[in-house]
Amino acid sequence: MNDGTFRAGTLVAPTFRLSEEQIRILHDSSLRVLNDLGITCFNEEAVSLFEEAGCITAISDGENAWNIRIPEKVVMEAIESAPSRIVLGAPDWANRLILDSREARVYFGTGSETNIFLDTEIADFVCTTDSSITMRHPIYKEKRGTILRLCESARLCDSLPNVDFFIRNVNIQDEGISVSNKDINVFFASLLYTAKHVQAGLVDISSLDNVVRLGEIIAGGTASFQDNPLISFIACLIKSPLQMVEDTTQKVIEISRRGLPLVISSSPQGGSTAPIQEEGMVSLINAEILAGITLTQLVNPGTPALYGAVPVRARLDTLHDFYGAPEFIHYNIDCVEMARFYNIPCYSTAGVGDSKVPGIQATVEKLFSQLAVAQSGAQYIHYAFGLLDRTNIFCPVQAILDDAHISLVREILRPPIVNEEVTEASIVEIRKVTASSTRLFARHIRKQMRRGLVSQPYGLEGEGDRDEALENACAKLKEIQETAEKQLSDEVIDEIYKKIAGVLPKDNFEL
Amino acid sequence: MVADELIREIKTNVVMGRVDSSDEGYDGKMEGKPGVSELVRDAIKQDISGKRLIDALSEAMVTVGEKYDSGEYLIPDMLAGAESVGTAMDILEPHLIHSDVKSKGTFVIATVEGDLHDIGKNIVATLLKGAGYNVKDLGAGISAEKIVEAVKEYNAEFVGLSALLTTTMIKMASVIELMESEGLRSKVKVLIGGAPTSPDFAKKIGADAHCRDAFEAIDILRDITP
Ligand code: B12
Repeated sequence: MNDGTFRAGTLVAPTFRLSEEQIRILHDSSLRVLNDLGITCFNEEAVSLFEEAGCITAISDGENAWNIRIPEKVVMEAIESAPSRIVLGAPDWANRLILDSREARVYFGTGSETNIFLDTEIADFVCTTDSSITMRHPIYKEKRGTILRLCESARLCDSLPNVDFFIRNVNIQDEGISVSNKDINVFFASLLYTAKHVQAGLVDISSLDNVVRLGEIIAGGTASFQDNPLISFIACLIKSPLQMVEDTTQKVIEISRRGLPLVISSSPQGGSTAPIQEEGMVSLINAEILAGITLTQLVNPGTPALYGAVPVRARLDTLHDFYGAPEFIHYNIDCVEMARFYNIPCYSTAGVGDSKVPGIQATVEKLFSQLAVAQSGAQYIHYAFGLLDRTNIFCPVQAILDDAHISLVREILRPPIVNEEVTEASIVEIRKVTASSTRLFARHIRKQMRRGLVSQPYGLEGEGDRDEALENACAKLKEIQETAEKQLSDEVIDEIYKKIAGVLPKDNFEL
Repeated sequence: MVADELIREIKTNVVMGRVDSSDEGYDGKMEGKPGVSELVRDAIKQDISGKRLIDALSEAMVTVGEKYDSGEYLIPDMLAGAESVGTAMDILEPHLIHSDVKSKGTFVIATVEGDLHDIGKNIVATLLKGAGYNVKDLGAGISAEKIVEAVKEYNAEFVGLSALLTTTMIKMASVIELMESEGLRSKVKVLIGGAPTSPDFAKKIGADAHCRDAFEAIDILRDITP
């Protein structure tokens, strides 16, 4: 029930990369892109909406598309009407999230729709030249994404303390799954095993009402669902550069019409579908997201839309997406600052490894972005757990490592508490210890521990002189697998099976 | 410029990856000087034979390939070279109809229905064009019917299909089935690609080859082209 609680997230004092003037320059350049170049729109209903709002539209030659030039006034009115504070509900009220653009409260969650699920096992190895030397090392096995593996991931993420929300992160490729029943089974599998907020994209727009009904049953009715929207949607309606695709745009229109929370996301690849240089990338993605947000507000003013930034850099050897790049961090921080400038909560991106397995490379690639993007004050950071191989792999053991690392990130970003009172107390402490015979401050740590200000060593630290992080993560995973439970009661499950079409038989979801 | 000099300049400009005069080139210093487009137009005016021009373009592209293989060039440099050759071919095409110059074959390429991912497909199209194939790029989200129609219209020897989604890769099978029912299958080699596809999947749906990337496609085409 509603006791007014939310997940705490991490309230940070944001650091800035762009100056006010630079933000203004990027804002103006995005407006110029929208007004002078316009966007290419493949959805006729969207075209009419833009036209009615005063945009200049013209048929794009040769294609089944329209060019829409959006003047500043239309964009600015939409920004005004887009909510600056969005509440995302959860089956367990204590897991609700409050996203307020004026507050740098950072939440971390999962993301992607990975085709590969990476299992990890620890095995013993003997050195081939000296058999007295042994070591333990992980062996990885690639498995296909299935409903059961999505269930397993949801159950794991429910247990990890630093996962604030759950975006379906495993692509279900079971025999019985088709375009028409995929969405309902994705949401059901996720909500069966996590009581956190659940978010996904829709494969098929005709599943929307069915999925909402599922949310309503779990929330305890239509009114409760409105108070506590425990599911929400991601709509990647933009194909960079500057195209609004037909079907996802229709999804945006339908979701907005119902006033449901959604992410308006764009994912340009710097160097292939967007300029690689920061100012070019940000001018473009910002224009694209603003065009999408404008559409939500034209459909239904007040629609809770998140500014969804997934700017990525391309590698120079293959033009594949590349997440460990410093530019990836630059792009993302800039977008957080643009969203803040517009007073719209930001869905941002961090924590993807390019590496295919956990290890030093993956850690380096993930950790810098997890820290830096969080430090910029992004409200909602997706992709943060378990992702390897450029979003193509979800690895549960990696998710446990990420959870431990994000726990440190949260500690690092804890804002300073410096005021007259506490500083005075510190002087008293220094005076006492200096006058004591031991000259040790150790005894006084206890007081700071009670204040919650003393961080712990790395959560997966080993006992010996070996690095045991991976082994410990595997052990932790086993523990969670043995203890975690379903999050829906039998009555709710029965009601779902009675009222909702398309959910596969129960044994498909039994872990 | 005399003919020999023009040919030399065209080659240099392909290696520099300069589609036209606005491009600064690999070394960053060439903006404003005529690029491949301008030079090829000049060559046509001077009646330099299509064969001679195409030989020059391919030789230059071989140099680009060598620079890529040796690690001096990266994909952006390679694509700049290939794009220059592609542009040159577009300019040359109307002038080649009556000449005896033959392309390496017509390659119809598309991302299948329901799938909008086209970065990989575009790279493959650009590099194949640069390698001398007559590439007809139909775009992304293209139905089996449209693809088969294009194969007929262009009398294509090769079809390339791309898919990035597990929900759309199965549409590749529909294209092959339709080609079969239209009696076209034996005349056309089908190459597939895109992250979720694999050699096993290619075998399962009856495609001729799976390609990890554009370079593998070029190798495979070289092997299967008579
Ligand atoms: C960029 C991208 C997008 C861009 C596409 C832009 C564009 N113009 O193509 C945008 C943002 C629009 C997008 C949208 C979506 N995407 Co997307 N996208 C990607 C991403 C990050 C990179 C793909 C890419 O371009 N790679 C670079 C190129 C160079 O590589 P490539 O395509 O593999 O091509 C090479 C080879 O495969 C081969 N090749 C490819 N095709 C062919 C064809 C032939 C004939 C030959 C010879 C060779 C060949 O050669 C190429 C060159 O080397 C992948 C994730 C990933 N890391 O791969 C997800 C990914 C493919 N997308 C995914 C999804 C789910 C979507 C969306 C549904 C939205 C979403 N994310 O929720 C929509 C789908 C829209 C639709 N209906 O198609 C999933 C797919 C999972 C699944 N279900 O199967 C992925 C895997 C991400 C993920 N892990 O969740 N996406």
